[in-house]
Amino acid sequence: MSASSAFNDEKGGSSSVGEPEYGHDPASGGIFSSDYKRHDDLKEMLDSNKDSLKLEAMKRIVAMIARGKNASDLFPAVVKNVACKNIEVKKLVYVYLVRYAEEQQDLALLSISTFQRGLKDPNQLIRASALRVLSSIRVTIIVPIMMLAIKEAASDMSPYVRKTAAHAIPKLYSLDPEQKDQLIEVIEKLLADKTTLVAGSVVMAFEEVCPERIDLIHKNYRKLCNLLIDVEEWGQVVIINMLTRYARTQFLNPNMNESLLEEENDKTFYGSDDDEEEEKEKKAEAPLPRRKPYVMDPDHRLLLRNTKPLLQSRNAAVVMAVAQLYFHLAPKVEVGVIAKGLVRLLRSHSEVQYVVLQNVATMTIKRRGMFEPYLKSFYIRSTDPTQIKVLKLEVLTNLANETNISTILREFQTYIKSMDKDFVAATIQAIGRCATNIGEVRDTCLNGLVQLLSNRDELVVAESVVVIKKLLQMQPEKHSDIIKHMAKLTDNIQVPMARASILWLIGEYCEHVPKIAPDVLRKMAKSFTNEEDIVKLQIINLAAKLYLTNSKQTKLLTQYVLNLAKYDQNYDIRDRARFIRQLIVPTEKSGALSKYAKKLFLALKPAPVLESPFKDRDHFQLGSLSHLLNAKAGGYQELPDWPEAAPDPSVRNVEVKDSVPEWTKCSSREKRKEKKVEKPFYSDSEGESGPTESADSESDSASGSEIGSGVVGSGSRTASEESEEGSESEEEEEKDKKMMTAKKELKKPVQESESEQSSEEEEERKRERKKSKPRKSESDDDDDSESESSRSESEDSESEAEVKKKKKAAASRPPAKPLKKESKKEMSLLDFDDFEPAPPPHVTPLNSFLSSSLVTDLEGLSLSDAALSPATLSPSGAMKSYELLHRIRGEGLSVEYCFSRQPFSPDANMVAVQMQFTNSGAADTKSLHMEDVKLQSGMRVKEFPEIELLPAGETATAVMGIDFCDSTQAANFQLCTHTKKFFVSIQPPVGELMRPVFLTENEFKKEQGQLMGMNELSEKLTLDAECRNEHAIVQRVTAAANLSRVPCGSDKECRFAGRTVTSGSLVLATVVTKEAASAQLTVNCEKMVIGTMLVKDVLLALTQ
Amino acid sequence: MIHSLFLINHSGDIFLEKHWKSVVSHSVCDYFFEAKEKAVDPEDVPPVLQTPHHYLITVHRDQLFFLSVVQTEVPPLFVIEFLHRVADTFQDYFGECSESVIKDNVVTVYELLEEMLDNGFPLATESNILKELIRPPTILRSVVNTLTGSSNVGDTLPTGQLSTVPWRRADVKYTNNEAYFDVIEEIDAILDKSGTTVFAEIQGVIEACVRLTGMPDLTMSFMNPRLLDDVSFHPCVRFKRWESERTLSFIPPDGHFTLMNYHVSSQNPVAIPVYVKQNISFFESGPCGRLDITIGPKQTMGKTVEALMVKIHMPKAVLSANLTATQGNYTYDLPNKLLIWDIGKLNPQKLPNLKGILSLQAGAAKPEDNPSLNIDLRIQQVAISGSPRFVSTYNWATVFSHCSICFSPLCTGLKVSRLEMFGEKYKPFKGVKYVTKAGKFQVRT
Repeated sequence: MSASSAFNDEKGGSSSVGEPEYGHDPASGGIFSSDYKRHDDLKEMLDSNKDSLKLEAMKRIVAMIARGKNASDLFPAVVKNVACKNIEVKKLVYVYLVRYAEEQQDLALLSISTFQRGLKDPNQLIRASALRVLSSIRVTIIVPIMMLAIKEAASDMSPYVRKTAAHAIPKLYSLDPEQKDQLIEVIEKLLADKTTLVAGSVVMAFEEVCPERIDLIHKNYRKLCNLLIDVEEWGQVVIINMLTRYARTQFLNPNMNESLLEEENDKTFYGSDDDEEEEKEKKAEAPLPRRKPYVMDPDHRLLLRNTKPLLQSRNAAVVMAVAQLYFHLAPKVEVGVIAKGLVRLLRSHSEVQYVVLQNVATMTIKRRGMFEPYLKSFYIRSTDPTQIKVLKLEVLTNLANETNISTILREFQTYIKSMDKDFVAATIQAIGRCATNIGEVRDTCLNGLVQLLSNRDELVVAESVVVIKKLLQMQPEKHSDIIKHMAKLTDNIQVPMARASILWLIGEYCEHVPKIAPDVLRKMAKSFTNEEDIVKLQIINLAAKLYLTNSKQTKLLTQYVLNLAKYDQNYDIRDRARFIRQLIVPTEKSGALSKYAKKLFLALKPAPVLESPFKDRDHFQLGSLSHLLNAKAGGYQELPDWPEAAPDPSVRNVEVKDSVPEWTKCSSREKRKEKKVEKPFYSDSEGESGPTESADSESDSASGSEIGSGVVGSGSRTASEESEEGSESEEEEEKDKKMMTAKKELKKPVQESESEQSSEEEEERKRERKKSKPRKSESDDDDDSESESSRSESEDSESEAEVKKKKKAAASRPPAKPLKKESKKEMSLLDFDDFEPAPPPHVTPLNSFLSSSLVTDLEGLSLSDAALSPATLSPSGAMKSYELLHRIRGEGLSVEYCFSRQPFSPDANMVAVQMQFTNSGAADTKSLHMEDVKLQSGMRVKEFPEIELLPAGETATAVMGIDFCDSTQAANFQLCTHTKKFFVSIQPPVGELMRPVFLTENEFKKEQGQLMGMNELSEKLTLDAECRNEHAIVQRVTAAANLSRVPCGSDKECRFAGRTVTSGSLVLATVVTKEAASAQLTVNCEKMVIGTMLVKDVLLALTQ
Repeated sequence: MIHSLFLINHSGDIFLEKHWKSVVSHSVCDYFFEAKEKAVDPEDVPPVLQTPHHYLITVHRDQLFFLSVVQTEVPPLFVIEFLHRVADTFQDYFGECSESVIKDNVVTVYELLEEMLDNGFPLATESNILKELIRPPTILRSVVNTLTGSSNVGDTLPTGQLSTVPWRRADVKYTNNEAYFDVIEEIDAILDKSGTTVFAEIQGVIEACVRLTGMPDLTMSFMNPRLLDDVSFHPCVRFKRWESERTLSFIPPDGHFTLMNYHVSSQNPVAIPVYVKQNISFFESGPCGRLDITIGPKQTMGKTVEALMVKIHMPKAVLSANLTATQGNYTYDLPNKLLIWDIGKLNPQKLPNLKGILSLQAGAAKPEDNPSLNIDLRIQQVAISGSPRFVSTYNWATVFSHCSICFSPLCTGLKVSRLEMFGEKYKPFKGVKYVTKAGKFQVRT
């Protein structure tokens, strides 16, 4: 039905209904009555019982609404049809109702019952549409009804209805802000929804109603991250923007060590950048946030990882959202990935280009390197709209540096010839900026600009003059000929700004052009009355300056000019003249100031700084309206600054509880299956998808050993998938419930990832290696402490005497006994052992070929066996490995290192660092060795033996020793292959700077007594929810620091002892648990620095 | 988010308005008209304008302005992208997106807008869902509608919105099952006066037309996916499969859609298909200038260059052009100062040439700058399949018994090596066509 015809054949249409009925009004004529008639006829059609007539009438009415014409007087006739059977009529009535209900509130109430009925319909789509219309009617009286409907719909079976409920929330909020509290409750409920359909809409509601309630996000953070990719595009944009803000409040600045690192590295050298990158990545991958230097929160990483693929979205808004997220949240070195996506958007519609270029311009100021490779993509075409050209120019100027400036200038040269004069002017300014920023090309630019002075176009010349003036201010001495040249231009140039600039230049540097300056003044004096104000002011300035330097020649001229100015129409000029006369012409009355006139006028002026208009724009969230306008838009949420210290990350932990009803499964089975089978692409950081703990690693599987390793394997797999997918299915749920408690579940993902990382083979190799080494070291070390430290934890509640007895009887004792003894704690005992990290690994030969499940089965047997430290059975994964060289940067060579916690045999004062080299490249790597070690004073390094050949696909390990001098300073060195050198650095967490020692309880107390006062540090803390038992505490402390457990009579107290590796200073730690979750941590250490750092790390380990 | 939408034609008439929240008076558009007055070209109207109480975000499409009013902070691209999506939908429904078409279908347009946004937040933007809700008008249907009084509002409910593959209808049925893919590569280049390449890159797009019964799951793999540097996908493509295997795995939407956009890595040299010899000069004395342009084939790999066209934006002073073309026709559009030379097929034996005199406005200064040339061209791949329209006449399924297709590529050498279908039992006809085009191909003079 066409709109025009709707109007034209109104008569025709109505005649079919029955012309006589309204034709009887002969008085009607003119516009008003025809209007009246028209509506009358529509009313009649609406009243008829033919659907086709109703439809026809509604179509005309909608056409009227579309044209912005008033159709409100038809309200009563239309609203009657709200219950019409014909679906199109119904829909059009809805359209009408939503448009006019606000104006006709009373009548609108007539329709409400229809919608209320609809809300109860068995069909979810009808329920949804009823809610949609009901909530769109802006009538205050029905607020309670709406509230009720929303609440009900929020717990509807159908995700689509829940989505509609989420949409209704901001509608109700805008109608009645009083409802906020109740609405927040609904939002909270919907935020917990697990379907992708709801996620986008509810976050949108959150943003409109309560963006400040960031605490509501905690529990849903991981889920949102994981769902993100399956949410519809518009929802993605909203979620990503919200999560950017969230992350800013919850995580630490990944670039906070930037300045520090830059100091350490050679700034100018390109390698430094890469080095930093490695540093960052390495840190990012370290799964435990306990080192003093920055470690990325795994949740932070999760967000970055899950948003990255969306850079490939077809939707420009999504790409931009991810780009801004990376810009604001990612470590400096990772931000680069967004450049490609943004450059791609430059081929889109011009509006998209406009917005993207604005954002790119802001980004290029902060991170120039990121867009440098795409320089040419910003080249300007003559067909670009001017606003795009100017923005591209801005980007090109920001990207200019010593290396590419010549290309850029050549490009600029072609732009100057453009027909678009505004653009040419912008280009000249851009050249000026390049010249000020890059000293090398200043003269070239200046010459180029001087050539432009002879351009035919006055605008071009004027712009050049202004820019030249600015450039000359930087080094005027060298360029008196240019000044002379410009002086000549005053005859021709008419653009006031340019004339003023020239005059200022001549006045300022009149000493460089002593002959010309008075002449210019003469000419100017002649034309003074005809000049623009801005030029007049400069003439007065010039006169004053000349009077001061060359009064002989210019005295009369100056007086003449001042006299002219005295009678000028503009009061500014009159004032200026009066003021200057007083200053420069000495009279009896003139005060002390005239003595300083010369200093006042001819003071050295600082050269102007030509800055980008986009400087500092990044304090607005990129991609936002506010950023684009460079002004705060209504409803803009400030991007918060990074917190100084990270808030408690455990708030995001989610207890997996009751099974989820059938209907929450929205995504198709098939689709999700597929995803599960696929391994995450960014497998290197895979492990971080789960919550924080990682030190427990594989040993976790032991907790489920009763069930059998196979089942455990599959069980843990589903669990981890769940945490990755963020949505559960019932099957999995059931399995899970059978197998593990919620607490364990949280730990599974880590376990899986670690086991995936190292293949079975590798593990075995490692074990063998470990087996061989400690044997050696054992002999040097104090036998007693060694064996004790490794098993001390299993004996925590036993008395010292028992310990001794056991030591003797160890070999002969039946293995099952200790288990029985503590039978009431059997389960936790196993747990406890599993959690114990792997200190010096002695491994029975047996283990090297046992599967891990068997190992765990055997664990109970070996509990009391001093020779067989149970801890060592927990496989190699227990050691946290850090990345030294990523395979991307290493061009195929990747290096990881871990602190093996075994004494370094060649030098006992060194910390052993075990490195694992993997050659994943195509070519063999030869002669791997290290060079150019840069250390802080006192530090020493024992290099690892050169690896002659590392064939492609192979892995090799080596051990090096570093004497860190009991400090956490990094050891920097170059890792060299036969072709390449990589800058790498190893920085130890403080906990690795010590080795465990064995003390008895009495010894411990004695030592502690001597380390009081300044040497004692105490800190109160609240234990993490999962760290409320002794075992967990021991496990976490020993994971954080290489200390050994000291037996203790009280089960409220855990004690640990160690010595620093270099100086052998004693380190004692005590954790006393009190009621509820509170506890006190005490560290006694001679070295206060070590002590303080240790307190921090242990604190962190215990509270997260 | 989006408060209201106004559609404005080139002469500044507001011919449609739609409000999703309270009504905003159309006087708000005056700020836009003011900005439009200032800008020389409609392209130069800033897409985002600030007014005392509102923000106006505008896109310019097909001679129409889509002006949306927002009141609070919203990512501008979000609105821009959405407005373009609206225009795309109109295009999809009515074949074109023009004032007259929108006016003729005002009710459908209104219904569409109603479904696309709920309270200013996008609700259903997938054309598949929309088409289920509101049937696109066809001549037959409009006849039937007027006779029977039935409507184009679908009586089905938008079940697509509940689906996990919202881009595909559930029960699609075809007697001929066909899947065609056009690999279109565009050369973006800037050549300088001497013919040296200042900048060149290749952007590609895979347009698909899939008419397959049921829920087919397609997998497309490439001979040389390494060529692809940067890609963006239709939401149906599974990101992870691409990341891990470099194959496109997707359940296709029904009908036409853009499967993927890609950018070819800059390491690959770009073959510039034509060279241009040009000489445009204006004389110091006398109101005239001379123009002489010749175009010849350069790196076409033996393929024919078709649809060759040269567009020149002349300086303002140029009044008329008196030229002779050895091939094709030229037109000079005086108000826009645009010279268009439509050459057609490039004959390598006899190179096309355009030569003659440009007359300038009397008294105007000689333009110092030379206009740049924008070139359009098209190189069609003469593949075995020919145009995909023919494919269905043969039983390709038997020819390519292993369900794979293999044609030789052209521009970058990107090649579709296999197209496999899972989930359905029938054997579809499949075809891939390769086209190389000039994108933003500019010769500076």
